[in-house]
Amino acid sequence: MISESSPRADDAALVAKLRSGDSGAFEQLVRRDTPRLLRVARRFFDSEEDARDAVQDAFVAAFRSIGDFESSALLSTWLHRIVINACLMKLRSRRRKPEEDIEQYLPRFLEDGHQVESSAAWNESAETALQRAETCNIVRAAIARLPESYRVVLTLRDIEELTTDEVAQMLGTTPNAVKIRLHRGRQALRTLLDPHMRGKK
Amino acid sequence: MSAAPYITCRELITFLGDYLAGELPPAQNHEFERHLAVCASCVQYIATYQETIRMAKTAMTAPELRIEDVPEDLVRAILASI
Repeated sequence: MISESSPRADDAALVAKLRSGDSGAFEQLVRRDTPRLLRVARRFFDSEEDARDAVQDAFVAAFRSIGDFESSALLSTWLHRIVINACLMKLRSRRRKPEEDIEQYLPRFLEDGHQVESSAAWNESAETALQRAETCNIVRAAIARLPESYRVVLTLRDIEELTTDEVAQMLGTTPNAVKIRLHRGRQALRTLLDPHMRGKK
Repeated sequence: MSAAPYITCRELITFLGDYLAGELPPAQNHEFERHLAVCASCVQYIATYQETIRMAKTAMTAPELRIEDVPEDLVRAILASI
């Protein structure tokens, strides 16, 4: 049984007010979810202004389509998808910056199929390394260096934790293309982190 | 059963995503495991690949990136635009 204070029950009450055009309810929603949605948008943009614009676009879209909200979903999940779509639209609408070629960060192989350079263990676990702010910054900078089409897929799958099918649908591509881009993005990120994690800065 | 040649590091690393997602057919999965039993380099590759995924998630969702206060100017801009 769903208790009266469950997120779904809270959502149902809020959605009913939103649909009836209650402006106070919209303000309540904006105040409640802006910090969380802004945090998501910042993962897609270097610039704070772009992230804020995307959140604003997302709320405008949400307000227009509140009639489409299905009561079986959580409002927070629905808004999460909307802000991601707003970020993707904004990324698509602007000129891409020159990017590095991902090929240089993928593993290289000899003719017999062995790796050119053997992989070695890292000196410490991710958990230990990430206790230092320096490592967090190195990881963020490495993600920022990935070409956009790989960075976006890695962000959607590994950070926002959408499914392969959801990402394929959002990007208008096939699940297989998403899998390939994700794998290559992760491989490139691994290559970028490897010198740091092996202590060869 | 014949001892088919081991898959190469190239094949293992190329199809690693499917292997980790448990999406390989059983026969291919078996070949991956035979390769990993004898290839320390690929074992390390997989370990560091998985660490990479954890590091990306942790670094991008770290507590210091949380926003405690509601950004008032943004809230006002949103409310004015609807």
